[in-house]
Amino acid sequence: MLKEIIFYGRGGQGGVTAANLLASAALKSGNKGVQAFPFFGAERRGAPVKAFARISDEEIYLRSQIREPDVVVVLDTGIMDVVNVTEGLKEDGIVLLNTPRKPSEVEMPCRVATVDATTIALNNKILVGGIPVVNTPLVGALAKLLDGVNIEAVKEAIKERFGKNAEANANAAEQAYNEVVL
Amino acid sequence: MIQKIDAKKMVVTGDYAAAYGALLCDVDVVAAYPITPQTIIVEEFSTFVNDGITDAEFIMVESEHSAMSACIAAQAAGARTFTATSSQGLALMHEMLSIASALRLPIVMPVVNRTVAAPIGIWCEYNDTMPQRDSGWLQMSCEDNQEVLDMIIMAYKMGEHKDVLLPVMPALDAFILSHTVEPVDAPSSDEVLDFISHYKPHAILDPDNPMAIGTFTPPEYIQELRYQHHVAMNNARKVIKDVTKEFAQKFGRDYHGLIEAYKCDDAEVVLITMGTVTGTARDIVDEMRAKGKKVGLIKLRFYRPFPIEEIRKIAENVDAIGVYDRSISYGTGGPMFIETKNALYGMEKPVVNFLAGLGGRDVVKGDVEKMFEILLKAKEGEAKEEIYWINTRGVSI
Repeated sequence: MLKEIIFYGRGGQGGVTAANLLASAALKSGNKGVQAFPFFGAERRGAPVKAFARISDEEIYLRSQIREPDVVVVLDTGIMDVVNVTEGLKEDGIVLLNTPRKPSEVEMPCRVATVDATTIALNNKILVGGIPVVNTPLVGALAKLLDGVNIEAVKEAIKERFGKNAEANANAAEQAYNEVVL
Repeated sequence: MIQKIDAKKMVVTGDYAAAYGALLCDVDVVAAYPITPQTIIVEEFSTFVNDGITDAEFIMVESEHSAMSACIAAQAAGARTFTATSSQGLALMHEMLSIASALRLPIVMPVVNRTVAAPIGIWCEYNDTMPQRDSGWLQMSCEDNQEVLDMIIMAYKMGEHKDVLLPVMPALDAFILSHTVEPVDAPSSDEVLDFISHYKPHAILDPDNPMAIGTFTPPEYIQELRYQHHVAMNNARKVIKDVTKEFAQKFGRDYHGLIEAYKCDDAEVVLITMGTVTGTARDIVDEMRAKGKKVGLIKLRFYRPFPIEEIRKIAENVDAIGVYDRSISYGTGGPMFIETKNALYGMEKPVVNFLAGLGGRDVVKGDVEKMFEILLKAKEGEAKEEIYWINTRGVSI
């Protein structure tokens, strides 16, 4: 089964890294096909950006950008004023929001999952330039929402990628995995 | 020399795969200038040097013209060299490309295909590599990141073969490969070095035995050099097939020589693609086959030398051939379309050209499906045009 995921965030927030981490974790979880790539735009720090990931138990040959995602991840809900994040979302698709609110408190025309990645990042003291790192907890939360990606693989992918702070990022991912609500 | 590196499975970008391939081949000299979307290749390689994994000489230069000049000099002095570029960088290098090939220096240079200005764009188009057709290099295109890594390794073996001795230019699509991560199986350095073996230059610039190369040469000699270069390019056809076969035996991945035929055996129509659109086309061929349509695909790997015999052989048994191009020779058609028509000279077959994805426009499944639908019409003699601009404003099909 092919699963397609879009990450929406701001330039510099780690959306592309989140997509790459998810791809690594998916491969470690036993998937045969994984792919992650940035939207081929002119990214700028702070501007709305997106990244894509594909996961499948079979090899992936498809090369086009993702237009009908199964899951959408929003790193910063502030961009929802200017970006329609549910565009093209599959009928039973899920939007995962980084917010302290519960899904019942969010009005969206689709299934909504929430996790307070910002608070989790602050509690685990994962900050870059004073800004909370929300991408690693969100990938942890995705392990709960996606069949075929397990949290141990996510933690392993994080540890491979980050030298120092690997432990704190892996802990944040696990916490988000436990706290995400659908 | 490089440190011993074990085989491993990685999830990496095409750019990383290219740099890692050069590392495994134990290149001696890298001279390069950064340009998006190639920059990661030389950036990653400079990290390998910084980390002490290789003692290769990394030369920072002030332009791509200088990068190729430095590679020519290093290779002529007996070093295995590597560089990489894109778009305007390749255009600026053009003058030096013919010098590298005519001096018969087997340099390997991945090019990340990027549109050539104007207007300025950083996305995928083949109008940077295609105009290098007559530079005398082996030119090919990769479908995925695994092929990028494998092709860098094979490129050294092909280029350094005594019957070839020519530089090689493997291309990879901007962003669609250069910045996309996917699984790549990397062999160990021992396996790679055993496969490509130690570089034995055919002539070395040596201060103790001075000589000059590429000097002022009168008409009495140049024509024979051109003939030998032409023979070497023709020799490359067999060497490419032999090397891919040997690679398949050693590493278990078969690239089938100059082309790969996908479901062509009983096909009524076939589409020729190059680069990443091949992957999307594989899915479409499977989907259309499931509906009973007899369609096939030719993945064109090499542009120089061009696989004339291979394409003719498949064309004999099909009713129409389509050629997908990611760049245009204005007023005539896509470069691969022109090559294909030349290859099929004398055969009475409809050949149709599809232009899509220029300037980096996303090529989606529907675009490729449309190409096959037009081809099925061409088979019945019902294609209205010879050149179709897919998903193009102002053009109705």
